[in-house]
Amino acid sequence: MGSKQLERSDLGALFRELAAEGRTIVGPTVRDGAIVYDEIATDNDLPIGWIDEQSAGSYRLVRSGRDGCFDFVVGPHSWKRFLHPPQVRLWSARREGQRLAIEEAGHESPRYAFIGVRGCELEAIARQDRIFLEGEYVDATYRGNRQDSFLVAVNCGRAGGSCFCVSMGTGPRAGAGYDLALTEVIDEQRHYFLIEAGSESGRALIDRLPVREAGAVELAAASARIEATEASMGRSMETDGLRELLQARATSAQWDEIAKRCLTCANCTMVCPTCFCTTVEDVTDLTGDHAERWRSWDSCFTMDFSWIHGGSVRPSASARYRHWMTHKLSSWIDQFGTSGCVGCGRCITWCPVGIDITEEVRIMREAADREHAAEEGVQ
Amino acid sequence: MAIRSEATGSLSDPMTPRIFVVERFRRELHDTFTLELTPGPGMAPIVYRPGQFNMLYAMGVGEAPISISGDPAQTGQLIHTIRSVGAVTEALGRLRSGDALGLRGPYGRPWPVEAAAGNDVLIIAGGIGLAPLRPAIYCLLAERHRYGRVALLYGARSPREILYRRQLERWRARFDIEVEVTVDRAAPEWRGSVGVVTTLLPRVQFDPDHTTVMICGPEVMMRHVARDLIQRGVAEEQIHLSMERNMKCAIGFCGHCQYGPKFICRDGPVFDFHSIGGLFGVREI
Repeated sequence: MGSKQLERSDLGALFRELAAEGRTIVGPTVRDGAIVYDEIATDNDLPIGWIDEQSAGSYRLVRSGRDGCFDFVVGPHSWKRFLHPPQVRLWSARREGQRLAIEEAGHESPRYAFIGVRGCELEAIARQDRIFLEGEYVDATYRGNRQDSFLVAVNCGRAGGSCFCVSMGTGPRAGAGYDLALTEVIDEQRHYFLIEAGSESGRALIDRLPVREAGAVELAAASARIEATEASMGRSMETDGLRELLQARATSAQWDEIAKRCLTCANCTMVCPTCFCTTVEDVTDLTGDHAERWRSWDSCFTMDFSWIHGGSVRPSASARYRHWMTHKLSSWIDQFGTSGCVGCGRCITWCPVGIDITEEVRIMREAADREHAAEEGVQ
Repeated sequence: MAIRSEATGSLSDPMTPRIFVVERFRRELHDTFTLELTPGPGMAPIVYRPGQFNMLYAMGVGEAPISISGDPAQTGQLIHTIRSVGAVTEALGRLRSGDALGLRGPYGRPWPVEAAAGNDVLIIAGGIGLAPLRPAIYCLLAERHRYGRVALLYGARSPREILYRRQLERWRARFDIEVEVTVDRAAPEWRGSVGVVTTLLPRVQFDPDHTTVMICGPEVMMRHVARDLIQRGVAEEQIHLSMERNMKCAIGFCGHCQYGPKFICRDGPVFDFHSIGGLFGVREI
């Protein structure tokens, strides 16, 4: 089946068909001055006419002057909010005398449809799949939320100021893993979507939409839009040999330089679509005979994160930043075979002091090159 | 896109503990105790290898990773020696015979007792570090003929903090294992050695080319022991140590136990020095 075209005025049909399948539709919507992901009912809930201006430590929504549905890039939320929720009740325990009984929470998982998954985000989901589904153990909550999910990808028609997906090989065109992929095209005469299926269920859904075959004109227009995005990336990161570079620079003075700015606020880990760390907490009632075990997102930027008897293993901000960045760009490759970074740029935008991971990599490389050159000179 | 079907394994959540019951509580030292556990009603016993650990859950307080310190051949009897250092371990220390607790496990990679066959074996422990090594000692002694010389070097802070004291005396009475004990400081009535555990190394004979070493203790102690052994000509690959980091899940999901690129829970806790040696000297890693 070739690509189809869907008129903007028919986008509502996609929502109706997904709802008819009994799906919980989650997509981008404007709230509190940001574009967040939440349950939405119709195409009118999309951030129509909004774009996000992003740079290091800065995010502003502004009117675009046209009525594009997906002209923004990515906001503070990512899909992990739904697949790997911030707080989950794992189980509850009951004590009767000396006896103890533990009961699993057994959540009902929604049948999710995600609207507007970007290329970088598809990759982020694939990287969390690797952790929670493809190892020795399977995370029951993640599997429940993920197993019957329907992903509607959007090929980015604009690059954000913090974006560097091209460097990370994750966008702006959606790669594998989507059910449907949309490319929004607005020209003088028309406003439509190029729509492509990436799975059987995607094909079946397209068959129920009022689509027409896409012609050469539509295909060319959609490609041109993605290529323009690709050519206007906000940032870039050289990834060649990055794993080894960071391994070799564990004792670099640059970590202390970063620590002078880093507030260890954990924002970067919360907005990161791949960061997966969690902690657990027991909540008991007043009798102490009923307990619930909750799991919540955690961050390697807290002191508690590395606490063992006697103290924190990483008391300095410099060691905590090093841990985060080295894990993301280096250790992740050892652990899961890919980088932990998908180039979405959220950690740059949402860092309150604007620490830019691409810039820190650049400085790290330059320092390594300088040292290398100095060594050569000595010889 | 929905996930592939092969990615959907067992339905039960690996974060849910099983119920075990305290059969016996035994005080070892002023801050250290041993729990003997049996499976709760309908629960299968734990089959484990030396060096592995369980996550023990104290009702309403939380979980802690605790190494298994009994004899792996004695199935049905599960022994944990625990030092009270925090809320969970203190709550575990209040348990008595008949009390129930939650347990997940066993987890982690074991001591290389199989691979050590044919070699001299050095067991080097500091403080509570003797507890995770005891299952390895049981295994070595159960098939003593498979190994060359076997020596246990143990360092404690003071004579009253020597763990498993009676057992150490029994082992020392045997002719097929050399047992050396030292303490950091002692009153005049102590007749034994004083000094750090590395001072015991020159006393034992071993063939550096055919020796397997298993070390557990504070990181600084393990660093010095490993350094001395490497100087004596033992290959880094033959030096095994058990590492500790904060741990919430034990199954590679929570991220807390990362040690450089390693997860202590899934790649350790037992590592050979060669695979982590580069990290060992780095501060705050």
